[in-house]
Amino acid sequence: MTAVTEPARGRKRSLNLSLALCFTLMAVVIVCAIFRSSIAPDSPFTQRLEVGDKPPSAEFVAGTDLLGRDVLSRTIHGARTALVGPIIVAAGAFAIATILGLLSGYLGGWVDTVIMRWVDFMLALPGILVAIVVVGVIGGGYWTAVAVLIILFTAPDTRIVRSAVLEQRPLPYIDAARSLGISKRRILFIHILPNILPLVLAYVALDFAFALVNLAGLSFLGLGVEPGTPDWGRMLFENRNILFTNPLGLLLPAGMIILTAVSMNLIGDWLFERLTK
Amino acid sequence: MMREGVAGLILRRIAVAIPLLFLISLGVFALVHIAPGDPVRALLGTRASDPETLNNLREKYHLNDPFIVQYGKWLWQVLQGDLGRSINGNRKVWNAIAERGSITIALSLLGTAIVLVFGIGLGMIAAFKRGTRIDRAMVMFGVFGISSPAFVTGIFLLYFFGVVLGWFPTFGAGDRNFVDRLWHLTLPALALALSVMAIVVKITRAAMIEELDKDYVTFARARGLSATRITFAYVLRNALIPVITAAGIVVVGLLASAIYVEVTFALPGLGSLTVDAVQKRDIPLIQGTTLVFSCFVVAINLIIDVVYTLIDPRIRFGKVES
Repeated sequence: MTAVTEPARGRKRSLNLSLALCFTLMAVVIVCAIFRSSIAPDSPFTQRLEVGDKPPSAEFVAGTDLLGRDVLSRTIHGARTALVGPIIVAAGAFAIATILGLLSGYLGGWVDTVIMRWVDFMLALPGILVAIVVVGVIGGGYWTAVAVLIILFTAPDTRIVRSAVLEQRPLPYIDAARSLGISKRRILFIHILPNILPLVLAYVALDFAFALVNLAGLSFLGLGVEPGTPDWGRMLFENRNILFTNPLGLLLPAGMIILTAVSMNLIGDWLFERLTK
Repeated sequence: MMREGVAGLILRRIAVAIPLLFLISLGVFALVHIAPGDPVRALLGTRASDPETLNNLREKYHLNDPFIVQYGKWLWQVLQGDLGRSINGNRKVWNAIAERGSITIALSLLGTAIVLVFGIGLGMIAAFKRGTRIDRAMVMFGVFGISSPAFVTGIFLLYFFGVVLGWFPTFGAGDRNFVDRLWHLTLPALALALSVMAIVVKITRAAMIEELDKDYVTFARARGLSATRITFAYVLRNALIPVITAAGIVVVGLLASAIYVEVTFALPGLGSLTVDAVQKRDIPLIQGTTLVFSCFVVAINLIIDVVYTLIDPRIRFGKVES
């Protein structure tokens, strides 16, 4: 018996340690995003063409990019676009998905058919390609990307909310509410919604991680943020030629993308375990 | 009866795929009109123009017709294999795609091979070593794999194997020589594989763990069958069914990541052609590559659906709801 419980306990401890690291990292990123100008040692825009791309030195801890801009300061400032867009995408997608999923799951019938056919269609599309092409053709950069990602993310999220609603539907409290003559809208938003909200919150965290990666990807292709904006994805695009001279110009933002995404994924998993079980 | 069932199923899947392709083509066509400004300008790009050229273009792309007529005429041309000409370089879109396709196909195949061999292998190891440090390391690897996009993984691979160790080239696809090509494609294929491998590891692990707990395994053990035989002849076969179900996600994810990987490693494939076209706003080229990519994705999903039903007889006979 002890042999079985031992690794489980060890696992729990390591999980908590990694969770603590995740929360710490997210706290650091959030602080950087809010107080970026006071934390960054230098302006992210100051160019020193005569300096060029130099490896780390006492003056520039993470070196400089092709235009002589401080990589560390640009990475710190990049925390803002790394947080704001994904938060809006995750919140926006789930706000729409919650309404569609509630309607689809509770009303059934043709409403359900129409919404689910639309979801099936969206899921059959190669999402990343759609994002690249639509953002590229429409133009508008970051905010167009945010809007397109909201639409793309709404489809799978709707499916999640709908199946959660379907689980609630046969439960006695719904019957009780209906027999009391409570309106559909009230049942949906006052009775069902609070019961599925924990699940929704867990998925919002996972959506955030996915949105972060996708927005960074679009910026990496030169389609997201405006040229010159300090943004992790954009830095990978602008610094792709300094891999030999100052690799930190790529590795630092790349590392931040991975660590932030991993943290949010683990936090999402943890929320999922805690809130839904 | 069995053959009829399969044929019927394939027909049913195709019946779903056709309207899907129809809608995709409509979306792709609409790109001309989604682009800001006059569609003629979108088709002309940055080239200089006089009224006569503009009129010729309007005539050529039927821009004076109503939208649905334009779409019909365009679709008819596409179905005949005419994807138009690119704005930059005025080349036949179809030729540009054909020229770039081989790299993307080679890259995807190599990536798929790595995913299958290592993904299933690591998943099996994790299942056998359940609860140990190895298992936990594998789960952690899975989290990193799912979180980190192919272009970020690619940059780290480039740095360690290309710059620090100098084992692999840092850009390009090499010449036509097979060995050189393989040498150039190894790192990109690895970056591509890592982006989706975590899913395969996770699913294989879960499925193996579930199968290993079943009575037939205990029975086979009791009969004295070798561990190898039990693993490969019985358990793995059953455990692979969920993996095949997820194959659609894996292959589509692989193709999508190929776009990023090709850009990261400067490979002249379909993905980098698409990105290039998008950056230069070359609408006919974008339409062509998007259409080809989407058809590919739909076709692969169709094939996987069919293969899936062929492998698991329970689905073929309609005994299990998908």
